[in-house]
Amino acid sequence: MESRFEGQTLRAGAVLAERVSGIDSVAHALAYAQAVEGAMGWRAPPRARYLRVILAELERLYNHLHYLGHLAKTTTLKVAEAEGHLLEERVKQINARLTGSRFLRGLITPGGLRRDLDISGLDKALDAITADIDSYLLRLENTRSHLDRLMTTGTLPRQVAFDQGATGPIERASDLDRDLRRDHPYANYEKVRFSVPVQQAGDAHARSLVRMEEIHESLAIIRQTIGRTKPGEVLRFEPMEEPDPQGEGLGWVEATRGGLLYAVHLSADRSRLSRVKIKDPSFSNWRVFPFTVEDSNMMDYAINEASFGLSIAGADR
Amino acid sequence: MPVWTWLGWHKGRATTAWPQRPGDDGQDGVLGLPRLDAARCVASDSGCSDCAAACPASAITLRDGGVQLDYARCVGCQLCTEVCPEGAFSVSHDWAFAVRDKADLLNPGRVPAAPQPADNSADATALAAEIKAFGRSLHIRHVDAGSCNGCESELQALLNPFYNLHRLGIFFTPSPRFADLLLVTGPVTAAMREPLLRTYEAMPQPRWVMAAGTCATGGGTNGGGYACHQGLDGILPVDVWLPGCPPNPAALIEALLLLLRQRAQRVHGGVYEHA
Repeated sequence: MESRFEGQTLRAGAVLAERVSGIDSVAHALAYAQAVEGAMGWRAPPRARYLRVILAELERLYNHLHYLGHLAKTTTLKVAEAEGHLLEERVKQINARLTGSRFLRGLITPGGLRRDLDISGLDKALDAITADIDSYLLRLENTRSHLDRLMTTGTLPRQVAFDQGATGPIERASDLDRDLRRDHPYANYEKVRFSVPVQQAGDAHARSLVRMEEIHESLAIIRQTIGRTKPGEVLRFEPMEEPDPQGEGLGWVEATRGGLLYAVHLSADRSRLSRVKIKDPSFSNWRVFPFTVEDSNMMDYAINEASFGLSIAGADR
Repeated sequence: MPVWTWLGWHKGRATTAWPQRPGDDGQDGVLGLPRLDAARCVASDSGCSDCAAACPASAITLRDGGVQLDYARCVGCQLCTEVCPEGAFSVSHDWAFAVRDKADLLNPGRVPAAPQPADNSADATALAAEIKAFGRSLHIRHVDAGSCNGCESELQALLNPFYNLHRLGIFFTPSPRFADLLLVTGPVTAAMREPLLRTYEAMPQPRWVMAAGTCATGGGTNGGGYACHQGLDGILPVDVWLPGCPPNPAALIEALLLLLRQRAQRVHGGVYEHA
């Protein structure tokens, strides 16, 4: 995929970035856009930066709900699987009504957003599913057969997680307190209050707990952001800062699955891309996964794998 | 466990009545592939080529000064709808793009559309008879031939309670030996070509192939290059082509029903007809 970016226009690059890993469309487009903005010295307008936060958290929401449904499938909770995937579907339908795309594609571009969004109905739409999400998470955490399969399964010690470069919910479940949204804020994350859930156990249960808490945080972030988003332009191309003299930029995003990095190198006239380098979180986490498998029960393999929530396309860039 | 059973019963039916009866197809607001009104295009007079230059998937070509749109390559990024100064491209909600003949995905622009190829050739009749013999049951083997996992996400969505594909008698199977339909996503990477062909070989006859997603129908933004083919063209005989990036679950259902002859094809000569 990286070589496909070469020679593309800056705008077409965003379309391509959305298609590197379909279920991380927002994260990829956002990391790419921020990298180009860094190289060009652009800064997206405030409204666009707030809307980017909303898009990124909606993406986290549907991905985490899918994850929990899938995890419940591996512990043979059929109804919990169905309920998780139904909640994911409801978020995707909210996405579609908001943006025209179930994967929130076609909006993020270097300089801001391609068009403005009407977020007036989003609050109500989320209210309608929040109670269902809350009771779903609570019920999962009160199901003994489910917890029994998760606890002590696929334990990833803190030191191994650190040494092997685990990222995202995987590292946070192994007591590594890192989150790009808080540590190196982008978009408008410095203006919203949220906590970064961390667990110590490092097992499949800890990984699912981190994601459950992130679901609550995502909903809270979206609500805060809706309240703070003021009308205004969403696309701006004037340089607000000194452009990078080499035409290089770095963009980073805390994607659903962890830290995602884009490094871009622009052509001499800064109209096209000459090189793009992608570091997807799944690439890091696939590396870590084998360290949890050794000496484990065969029947736990599927559960352990599901608890990592890895994406194949993300790893193959 | 009993609590979950109670919850499932208590929540009642989550599945839409669509497509058997009128109901919510779940795609409220979903943008489809752009609509082309070639009469508005002024490329032959002004030499404008903004759309072709903006298209990241090479779906738009300018031939003899006229604009052509190949939906088999369109990823629905909507860039053409933003750059065309004359409004020849417009945003649409046309997503049920499944066709049996790939030629139907090419919108030739100004050239009048060729007469509809009637679906009454001997082959088609035989195929229809074969499909009919299956009644309402169809088993699908899905092969990811290098997709971005967007299509996979929508294929998995087919099994969620809202769409509940099983109620239509359509099932996914992990083995090609039990499969009637090979559903391929992705542009076919060099590494996946051989496993894909072997999957097809392992399927009992009669067997069908569906190319789902723009990668599989024409390469899209991800096809070509040193590592990929341009979709299934020349690799497998395809019975249903469904572009879309990704095709939404309702579009996938429409495509499966098109294969089963329970739905009519909406797109002819690159023009989408509304029911």
